[in-house]
Amino acid sequence: MSQHTLAVLVENSPGVLARVASLFSRRAYNIDSLAVGPTEDPNISRMTIVLNLEGHVLDQVMAQLYKLVNVIAISEMPAQSTVHRELLLVKVSAQQSAKVHEIVESFEAKIVDEQGGTITIEATGETAHIESLLQALTPLGIKELVQSGLVALERGEAALSDRTLSAQGISTTHALNAQADYQN
Amino acid sequence: MSKEMTGAASLVKSLEAAGVDVMFGIPGGAILPAYDPIFDSKIRHILVRHEQGAGHAATGYAQATGRTGVCIATSGPGATNLVTPLADAQMDSVPMVAITGQVPSAAIGTDAFQEADIRGVTMPITKHNYLITNPADIPRAIAEAFYIASTGRPGPVLVDIAKDALQAMTTFDYPKNIQLAGYKPQTKPSDQSIRDAAALIAQSSKPVFYVGGGAIKANAHKELMQLAELVGAPVVTTLMARGAFPDSHQLHLGMPGMHGTVAAVTALQKSDLLITLGARFDDRVTGKLSSFAVHAKVIHADIDPAEIGKNRFADVPVVGDLMETIKALIPAVQAEFKKSKPDLTAWLRQMFSLRSTYPLGYNHPEDGSVSPQYVIERIGAITGPDAIYVAGVGQHQMWASQFVRYEKPRTWLNSGGLGTMGYAVPAAMGAKVGAPDTTVWAIDGDGCFQMTNQELTTCALNNIPIKVAIINNESLGMVRQWQTMFYEGRYSNTSLHSKRIPDFVKLAEAMGCVGLRCDRTEDVDATIKKANSINDQPVIVDFSVFRDAMVWPMVAAGTSNDEIMIARGLAPDWDSQEL
Repeated sequence: MSQHTLAVLVENSPGVLARVASLFSRRAYNIDSLAVGPTEDPNISRMTIVLNLEGHVLDQVMAQLYKLVNVIAISEMPAQSTVHRELLLVKVSAQQSAKVHEIVESFEAKIVDEQGGTITIEATGETAHIESLLQALTPLGIKELVQSGLVALERGEAALSDRTLSAQGISTTHALNAQADYQN
Repeated sequence: MSKEMTGAASLVKSLEAAGVDVMFGIPGGAILPAYDPIFDSKIRHILVRHEQGAGHAATGYAQATGRTGVCIATSGPGATNLVTPLADAQMDSVPMVAITGQVPSAAIGTDAFQEADIRGVTMPITKHNYLITNPADIPRAIAEAFYIASTGRPGPVLVDIAKDALQAMTTFDYPKNIQLAGYKPQTKPSDQSIRDAAALIAQSSKPVFYVGGGAIKANAHKELMQLAELVGAPVVTTLMARGAFPDSHQLHLGMPGMHGTVAAVTALQKSDLLITLGARFDDRVTGKLSSFAVHAKVIHADIDPAEIGKNRFADVPVVGDLMETIKALIPAVQAEFKKSKPDLTAWLRQMFSLRSTYPLGYNHPEDGSVSPQYVIERIGAITGPDAIYVAGVGQHQMWASQFVRYEKPRTWLNSGGLGTMGYAVPAAMGAKVGAPDTTVWAIDGDGCFQMTNQELTTCALNNIPIKVAIINNESLGMVRQWQTMFYEGRYSNTSLHSKRIPDFVKLAEAMGCVGLRCDRTEDVDATIKKANSINDQPVIVDFSVFRDAMVWPMVAAGTSNDEIMIARGLAPDWDSQEL
């Protein structure tokens, strides 16, 4: 078992999230996290899906995902050359305010609200970074927290959307690229 | 600027533009606007008695003709009644388009009368689906639906259209070509995969062609024959592929799987190379997967890349249309054989010996009752290989796959993947509509028949003269067989207690069909001939048969194919075989 991050470009159409979620559910694939949002093209949304599974199962997941008509392209993000980020918002007790400020500074996080005996902190970073921050804050009394799913972008000039966008909008060649991707 | 018309008129014009000649359906509130232009359309609409009948009829039509079957229903219960046929078509890769009405868009999500989220319901059991609320989207959705349903790996597509979109005025603009960003089926196999496959075939001394339903979908039976004869390897045809390769052919070992022949099952088990063509390593074929064909390398050719490696690792995956794949393989294999051609004589001798030692067979019951296998065998022998045979699900289905001799593709229709009891009568109706000059026999069980026989009324009223053989053992026979084998003969709820209730002959007559009864072995032939002689009305024959007949051979669910039994407690005599 190992962790894999998939970037999935989907048509921005109603029900597409339900289709992807339904596929993972009915094929009994477990998702660690799923983040979805708009891209530079208003017709296309991008999902970042984090999974823990065996390599050959990953091929199957990608092939099954690609069968969804609304899925335009899929790529496994290479661990070495990818920027991974998560967003954390966490509300902690202000009783040990100085300690909180010290931790926030050392983790390069940000205080976004401070009132009524609580401090709200915003942090972004790789999963390990966020986990360490939470570990440090736990003894100070975490009241509430929310985390985004992981998002990921490849370093350098490579762009998944290069394959999918053309002057007219959606091009017709990316599908074969996507196919080549998951066959590799 | 094209002429203004309602969304409903645009829908019907779109269906005409898609080449639809017939559809099966029932009107209702939400779909009602569409039925007004249907009244004037050249498309034949067949008014069924239950939407499930419409769905299976569309499937039967598609499987018999290769064209896309169409069914139409209203919102809510009309749509949910299509769920089983849609799931059935998805499992068996049947091209089908289902049109459903939906409550007006303003009412969607309010639990309105006859509202069901059929797009949500059918997401996992369709190839794709649509919810249309804008009338301008109707032509594109219909065009895309037919394109998606019929290309790549075929499958069902549902188009749900809100009532107000059907009522509103719009213009009709049918797209000339379809561009779908996320749907580009790869039909041409890569050269590398073809070369690798050919090389593997040339190195193999125990190859076997494992042929699935994809061979029929791709209309590749002629090419399959060429390739099989070129390689000279034995061929097995799965339940979905019966007819893809002639049963009379010397290389054919029959059907593999849970109720396959000893030769076909053993050929896969002992093979060193599975040349897998449009098959998907279903559990009913592989038995216990970890013990399936353990010495074999695998060439897996399929149009659907997601089938490759799903259940069994493929040494050589070949993604593409099966017709193109086989056409490319033939010269590649010829080139390899010029270098070296393996000698398959010993392998063939072993397999042919198994075939002749363990042919399919049955005994006539000692109590003098009629053997169900005999009835089915005689229907096939008397009616011949040009007819279409449609089965329900259960013992009679297995016997129909075993004891009817299939020589041509699209002559054997059944519900293989989903295993839908009640499939036979409506699917036979659809097949007969698609192939009106062909004799269509539904071979059904008395359990199955009671699930969907209402469509015989549709057949009687619409001049669809199918023939139905009810293999009447007064029980849910296959379940009863499992109870015999695995539940110590405790027949919980499998007896239909049906001695003449219902009286199928009277029921047939009540539905405007001819009803015949046969309960003596010596009358079987005459009854079949009489049924075959009636071509202006549907015919239902109630064959009373032996209740305790069992389907053999059998590989019990979850066990290894090596554990195949040829009769209860009886394994093949492996020691006498050189393997």
